[in-house]
Amino acid sequence: MKKSGRTRAETIAAEWGLRLAGVVAALILSALVLLVLGVSPFRVAWIILSAAFGSPSGISGVLSLWMPLLLCAAGLLFTFSAGMWNIGIEGQIAIGAVVATGTILLLRDVLPPAAVLPLAALGGMLGGALWALLVGLLRLYGNVNEIFGGLGLNFLADGLILYLVKGPWGQPGRSATSGMEPFPPALWLPALPSWSIGPWQVPALNVSPIELLLGLMAIVAVALALRGTHFGLRLKAIGKNLRSAFLLGVSTTRHLLVSFALCGALAGLAGWMLVVGPNTRHQLLPQISSGIGFLAILVVLLVSLNAWWALPVTFFFAAIAKGSSLRPTMELGLDSAVGGVIQGLLVLFILLAQGLQNRFLQREGG
Amino acid sequence: MDVLDFLLDFLRAILAASPPILFAVLGETITERAGVTNLSLNGSIMLSAMVGFAATVATGSLVVGFLAAMLVGAIVALTVAFASLTLYLPQVATGFVLTLLCRDLAYVLGNPYADKPAILVPHTPIPVLVDIPVIGPILFDQDPIVYLSLLAIVLVWVYMFKTRPGLVLQGLGERPAASFARGANVNLLRSIYTAIGGALVGFGGASFSLLVSAGWSRVKGIDGIGWIALAIVIFGNWQPIRAAFGVYLFVALQQLAGKVQSVVPLGSTDFLPRLPFALMILTLLLVTVGNAEWVARLLADLPPGPRRVLTRTIQWLQTSPPAALGTLLKKE
Amino acid sequence: MKVELLDIHKHFGPVRANDGISLCVEPGTIHALLGENGAGKSTLMKVLSGFFSADRGTILLDGRPVSMDSPSQAIACGVGMLHQDPLDFPALSVLDNYLLGSPGRFFPDRGRGRRALLSLAAQFDFHLHPEARVAALSIGERQQLEILRLLWLGVQVLILDEPTTAISAQQKEKLFAALRQLAAQGRTVIFVSHKLAEVEELCQRVTVLSHGRVAGEAAIPCATEHLVRMMFGQEIAQSKRPPTPLGEVVLELDRLTVSDWRLEVKDLSLQVRAGEVIGLAGLEGSGQRLVLQACAGLRRPQAGRISLGGRDFTGRPYSRFLDAGVAYMPAGRLEEGLIPGMTLTEHVALASRSRAFLVDWKAAGQTTAERIRQYNIVGTPASPVESLSGGNQQRTLLGLLPPYLQVLLMEHPTRGLDIESTEYIWQQLQQRTQQGTAILFASADLDELLDRSDRLLVFFAGRVKELDARTTSVQQLGEWIGGKGFDG
Repeated sequence: MKKSGRTRAETIAAEWGLRLAGVVAALILSALVLLVLGVSPFRVAWIILSAAFGSPSGISGVLSLWMPLLLCAAGLLFTFSAGMWNIGIEGQIAIGAVVATGTILLLRDVLPPAAVLPLAALGGMLGGALWALLVGLLRLYGNVNEIFGGLGLNFLADGLILYLVKGPWGQPGRSATSGMEPFPPALWLPALPSWSIGPWQVPALNVSPIELLLGLMAIVAVALALRGTHFGLRLKAIGKNLRSAFLLGVSTTRHLLVSFALCGALAGLAGWMLVVGPNTRHQLLPQISSGIGFLAILVVLLVSLNAWWALPVTFFFAAIAKGSSLRPTMELGLDSAVGGVIQGLLVLFILLAQGLQNRFLQREGG
Repeated sequence: MDVLDFLLDFLRAILAASPPILFAVLGETITERAGVTNLSLNGSIMLSAMVGFAATVATGSLVVGFLAAMLVGAIVALTVAFASLTLYLPQVATGFVLTLLCRDLAYVLGNPYADKPAILVPHTPIPVLVDIPVIGPILFDQDPIVYLSLLAIVLVWVYMFKTRPGLVLQGLGERPAASFARGANVNLLRSIYTAIGGALVGFGGASFSLLVSAGWSRVKGIDGIGWIALAIVIFGNWQPIRAAFGVYLFVALQQLAGKVQSVVPLGSTDFLPRLPFALMILTLLLVTVGNAEWVARLLADLPPGPRRVLTRTIQWLQTSPPAALGTLLKKE
Repeated sequence: MKVELLDIHKHFGPVRANDGISLCVEPGTIHALLGENGAGKSTLMKVLSGFFSADRGTILLDGRPVSMDSPSQAIACGVGMLHQDPLDFPALSVLDNYLLGSPGRFFPDRGRGRRALLSLAAQFDFHLHPEARVAALSIGERQQLEILRLLWLGVQVLILDEPTTAISAQQKEKLFAALRQLAAQGRTVIFVSHKLAEVEELCQRVTVLSHGRVAGEAAIPCATEHLVRMMFGQEIAQSKRPPTPLGEVVLELDRLTVSDWRLEVKDLSLQVRAGEVIGLAGLEGSGQRLVLQACAGLRRPQAGRISLGGRDFTGRPYSRFLDAGVAYMPAGRLEEGLIPGMTLTEHVALASRSRAFLVDWKAAGQTTAERIRQYNIVGTPASPVESLSGGNQQRTLLGLLPPYLQVLLMEHPTRGLDIESTEYIWQQLQQRTQQGTAILFASADLDELLDRSDRLLVFFAGRVKELDARTTSVQQLGEWIGGKGFDG
């Protein structure tokens, strides 16, 4: 279909042009922020990139962050499709970590690690799902906006971790401010050993192939589910027009609750990864979700339900986050939140660009 | 005597710690009454707190600090308004991005100012008034910002409910089409009130770093305040006095948690400061659930006596947002 | 104040709502503006009261040309409109509503305002409590408040848009008395309505609009047939339906009472047989929608019973009705029926209510292509539904219905369609009735109602009258729709 006055190619070009302009604007502003602090933007860019990719440990760090982020983004695609703002995802990650830890503590002396870890994963998923279901129930039966329900449950989850870690699960005999005893290597996910293809030697990476597999499977599954299942189609309908979806026979309440539960399950799995992954502190910590959930929300805002784009964007964001949180950045006198500034500016300006496009470059319909 | 002293001290402390949240809540109440939701509160409070502190350190003037913070708050709020009113972007989306961005900006730009010596608003007891038994020390042995906060509650209340433009403000968020029919430039007014609300939020931020919790650093306990302010606006049913009550309630819980922690120094009470946050937000359930269908059906099954009492209580608790909150008035 | 509208044109895209309308209203009179839904009355009055700007044409007040770009400017010129749903603030008090928008001091003198409100109200025998919340008032009372407010602001021309749709008889009497008083004071009243009896009772002159143009003018008293002919046109339709053998009772309403915040349909009893077509006539907002929604399980009746195929379905959820073979086609195509942003194929897949896990896109695409052919939809399976024209959207809605239905409930099935599409669609619906589907449809097209229905239910302010479609003439139907024949 020809749009009046412009061809389809022109429209796409305009879209991408605007997005690019947004990216450029964001980068310029980031540079400005750095200049104000008396730091060279190019130096910072170099440091972030080299910290993220310059060494096996850097790459491992990026990959270890990428997977939980990807899981959360995948889960959020469900709730966003349905038009819900699952701000409670941080709490769902946290509860997932809690239940996973609890499962390990319960079973570590009873079963071999090869059984404990998968059970802990299931426990984490269940915990996250239930926690998310609470948000949905609060919304559907309590009229509490899911944003505030989620926030409240986030705080509750964090409080729960603080209580557990300094209390019943804390190290006995030591000062109660030091937290839990980290899990021994037997209870970690095994890391990638070094391996060689022909003449090249791939160094050992401190990330588990299981994490990589789960993360990639999740995003693929979600992308396919959204496009290829009736469930995904119905979620999409609910998100676009709840009333019409209802009239066409979709059971809206049930679908909304299931979408929350699925997102919570994936978030819970991410929480499990943050406890048993090789490149972690190997213990339940306060603030264990460390903003991964919120970052995933930013990602989903950016890719606006084009699931496949979540793969590169989460990777990119993970790289920025990791690169800006390591020592070289600190040595420049920069707070580690500089990564967040870059990410935030990117999302803000791309959103603004999309808004400009929707508002002033209307596609002409038939 | 000890108990009375403790109580008086406690009340004094509540008042002293309340300005940051109070100004933020008042500001957001105004913004939401006009029909705009500014979800960036958490971030913009932090950013304006940092800016206020930095400006004060740079110029030596507290006034400049507060003004700078107000400016930052207004700008952030206006960004949400602009994105929504002009670009038709969802307010929640822009607000959420800004809340994260502003927080991170605060950390990054504030790094050089971390742990710099604090400049505080001087403590100014009001002579004569402070000697009034009981309420004297509570109300009049405070900082000027606290006095301003009390004044602000009154001013906002008077403006909203006793003046002509305040009436228009109420109408904006309630039914913008009718406001338009009565001559109001809806988008312009919404932008103005969003800016004013944002400026108040900024003022609240400044009163954190320049008063309540002196100075700026990463772990000062200001993260999360903005979310609570948003919840208290709802709890307060978009009215300044009920909202102020919510603020004091929350601050009281915080103070209590702090007291318990100081008495029981083990880490096992570290979770207590989190509780007021969680509790406050879950009380939202109380004030919104009454409108649900299943509640109405449950009530209908009760005998008339308890039913009337319960219905009355639930109705009194219930909040209802400005009917047009978050919606836009688009030209036909 | 004398009001003259000269050659007013207003269009929305291709729709010509006002196509060259000229109108003159003398001061001190009550002038009626009569016409069907969609005739252009509301648009014209919105132009006059500043909500719209006319594309072409002039407005003269007392002989002076005026340009009123906003409602408040119009009020400043002395023209005020009372909307069907008054533009007030439900959450605020009566007094606050009265004061909002009026000029004055920074601190409004509430005492003075209260006195002005009460004294003005007394003039018209209105009883309003200044501190009451407007949300708790009835529509009639909200109207009274708005009228008082407009008068206080100095309005000389008062336009009322279908004011008696949802008010009690008592309130109507008060309103009419007030309007007569205003006219006697020299003000101009324009009374927009579709109710013939009221127009004949209240007004001195009437202008009839049809399809965006002036169909005629008359002085009251005037013969009702004359008015009906001007409103609805001249054709006298023959019933084209061959009598179909009817089957068992598939839908039964037993003393059904449904209501919403404006209107109540009480004690409706009806038996619908397989293959029967029942047309719901009456202008919008008279209760047809309530009944259709109740029959679909979308609205819980306040009293009475609904039975499908002999089984009691009262109070059951919508999904049960769907499973039982009931389908509901709403009037708002993009608001309630279709999902903007999704393609035709996606709609087909969605509407199939399949229990399968995966979507068979290939099959869905084929089905969509078939439906496109069957219903002559201009579009492809991949077209987003909002890119279709209104008529094609309507056909899509029909195409989404399951192949076999017990009861089909439709709001305005052929609204906005050209003759060819309408004919085609009725052919399809005819086939369904041969299969035993019972059809209940609401329509504003009298010919359609008379041609296609076996029986008619005419709705007027919540009251229902059953007529035999074969023996009713257009004239008679028009009168019933206008309220004549319903007692009182």
